[in-house]
Amino acid sequence: MPDPQRELRFPHRHLLGIEGLSPLDIAILLDLADEAVEVSRQVEKKRSTLRGRTLINLFFEASTRTQSSFELAGKRLGADVMNMSVASSSVKKGETLIDTAMTLNAMRPDIIVVRHAQAGAVHLLAKKVDCAVVNAGDGAHEHPTQALLDALTIRRNKGKVAGLIVAICGDILHSRVARSNILLLSALGARVRAVGPSTLLPAGLKRMGIETFTDMKAGLRDADIVMMLRLQRERMQGGFIPSAREFFRFFGLDEAKLAFAKPDALVMHPGPMNRGVEIDSAVADGAHSRIREQVEMGVAVRMAVLEALAQHLPNG
Amino acid sequence: MVEGRGAKMMFSSAIAHQPLALVNARLVGASSLSAEWRRGRGGVLIVDGLIRDAGPGVAQANLPSHARILDCGGDVVSPGLIDMRAFVGEPGAEHRETIASATAAAAAGGVTTILARPDTFPPVDEASVVDFLLRRARDTGRVRVAPSAALTQGLRGEEIAEIGLLQQAGALAFSDGAHSIRNARVLRRAMSYARDFDALVIHYAEDRDLAGEGVMNEGEFATRLGLSGVPREAEAIVLDRDVRLAALTGARYHAALVTTSLSLEIIARAKAAGLPVTCAVSINHLTLNESDIGDYRTFLKLSPPLRREDERRELVAALASGLIDVIVSDHNPQDVETKRLPFAEAEDGAIGLETMLSAGLRLVSSGELTLDRLIEAMTLRPAEILRLPQGRLDVGAPADLIRFDPEEPYVVDPAKLHSRCKNTPFDEARMEGRVKLTLVGGEIVYEGE
Repeated sequence: MPDPQRELRFPHRHLLGIEGLSPLDIAILLDLADEAVEVSRQVEKKRSTLRGRTLINLFFEASTRTQSSFELAGKRLGADVMNMSVASSSVKKGETLIDTAMTLNAMRPDIIVVRHAQAGAVHLLAKKVDCAVVNAGDGAHEHPTQALLDALTIRRNKGKVAGLIVAICGDILHSRVARSNILLLSALGARVRAVGPSTLLPAGLKRMGIETFTDMKAGLRDADIVMMLRLQRERMQGGFIPSAREFFRFFGLDEAKLAFAKPDALVMHPGPMNRGVEIDSAVADGAHSRIREQVEMGVAVRMAVLEALAQHLPNG
Repeated sequence: MVEGRGAKMMFSSAIAHQPLALVNARLVGASSLSAEWRRGRGGVLIVDGLIRDAGPGVAQANLPSHARILDCGGDVVSPGLIDMRAFVGEPGAEHRETIASATAAAAAGGVTTILARPDTFPPVDEASVVDFLLRRARDTGRVRVAPSAALTQGLRGEEIAEIGLLQQAGALAFSDGAHSIRNARVLRRAMSYARDFDALVIHYAEDRDLAGEGVMNEGEFATRLGLSGVPREAEAIVLDRDVRLAALTGARYHAALVTTSLSLEIIARAKAAGLPVTCAVSINHLTLNESDIGDYRTFLKLSPPLRREDERRELVAALASGLIDVIVSDHNPQDVETKRLPFAEAEDGAIGLETMLSAGLRLVSSGELTLDRLIEAMTLRPAEILRLPQGRLDVGAPADLIRFDPEEPYVVDPAKLHSRCKNTPFDEARMEGRVKLTLVGGEIVYEGE
């Protein structure tokens, strides 16, 4: 299939965030991901794009789904994948982030996928290593592959992103998923809303061009996409909201609130879900839900990202 | 609308649908009706518990033939009083007060709506407690009782209470009662969250650390009495913080009690900036000062403490100008055992539901305040802040009305007060303006002799 865009290479060495990506960069990744979906649906899923390459998953924060998604993506592209859960290793012995990075760098990996609890930690690490770096989530800052997989899911279901009304709901304050999605979906021309109690809406959203709502019904009105965020249990103790039951009553997505969105609205959630807190089981498992599809798109998007970055590797 | 009116069952149910007309009255109170009726005498026609008509046109001559007519003999008829701060004892402090006794006192004092304090035992921080209060008020109350609910869970000042669920259950405002929230971050979050629900936050501003062991106003009197003092800044510092948080969050903020000129400056600034900030003063701080404590009278031990006379005058002036919005009774029944103690060990608080109107009329007869403004601060302004339809002489408003002669003298006899506790600072005081009649929803809930 001759596609003029494919002639354009993804111009970045790292994927540290959505910030800095042009709509064209994003389109390149989503197009690659579309192809990766086809690859993943075949019996023979293996490609040789990354054969001989080493991919290190460096997770300073525990993760099951993101880490396994990257692992699978790397393996499908033929890379050697090593998982490092740093939570239980040298960091505990006092090694600094930069020392860990230098140590790993000496092992000559080609791509490092990093998750860290501190915003900006992945950027710091990227400056200290020679290989490509992918941000798999840094604090409440960015989680670019999640936003890409969300956009892919939307684009495949709706045929476009531009012009859609996307309501991102719940704990925006602590969410890196929300920040990356706000940047990405706005860049592609969607109208992004943030919906949640004021205590969970960060300052300055309006200046970022985001409409904010503290009432779910108003925030969901005519939405094409309802994107729920995970309410982290520790936030309930932290005094941001009174209780899980009150949160569910006023901000949890149930059939009644979903009825305010467009009849063909899609329900999304980055997982893992708290059923009965931010989302009702009937909605999570209902006809509008694309939550399981998101997981499939996650592997495809990560394959696309690895492939795009591989173009910049030495001899790539 | 406030639910919970036992009056319907206890009084005159047989004539519930008979129109009632109060005629030959001097009408005082807010009304969107013609201003002309203020000049002469007029009346109020009540049908089905609502005001059907009010003004000079309501006279004996032109009433429905089956209407019951009450000639008021030139007495004042005004909307019933709305008291935004009273402790009603239930649940958990029934030895001090019950809804039955508090509302009996209220009816006798012309108070037709009470906003009940949430710092009860247990506190009103669960929807089920709001429901309990509404049912108790319906079954045992003579006047309307509107619950306020806790702003933070358990009044601990740590986590936001379930404001949404409590509001749905019927809580009209959110407050930690006599507790002042120490942690600004907690208050900020609570106010942000309250703003989402358009809920009214009522806060008692006191820096507990600065107030320390103080038991009366800091100054010469405290020094002479050998008592430790509470500086005015204990109130002002917290109020200033609160007003800044109101600006940050956009929440509707009501200062439960202001007692000093320092606080008035802060309120004036907030109002000038257009913030949704209102405040109340207690009838005690308007009509008494620290010297009334005299020989260690514990019935005048209040929190915040009574201030100096020049401060009292500033409060009255601020009330007259509208800077202070509301007068509250700060009704706080305390039994003899907790008051018959050395001053510093005695509990704070005074009862006030039954005497707030008469005490307020002292300011009118001394020329410090107009009757119109006094009534407005006890009716229309609290109704506006609480978003109640009462407090006005408007067609369609609930017929919560009182009749009184502002000049009729009497002496306060504690034994005859209806509250379970008799800790009135006005015992044996000469007063003017006893309530002769109180109506709630058009029904008579109190009739004086």
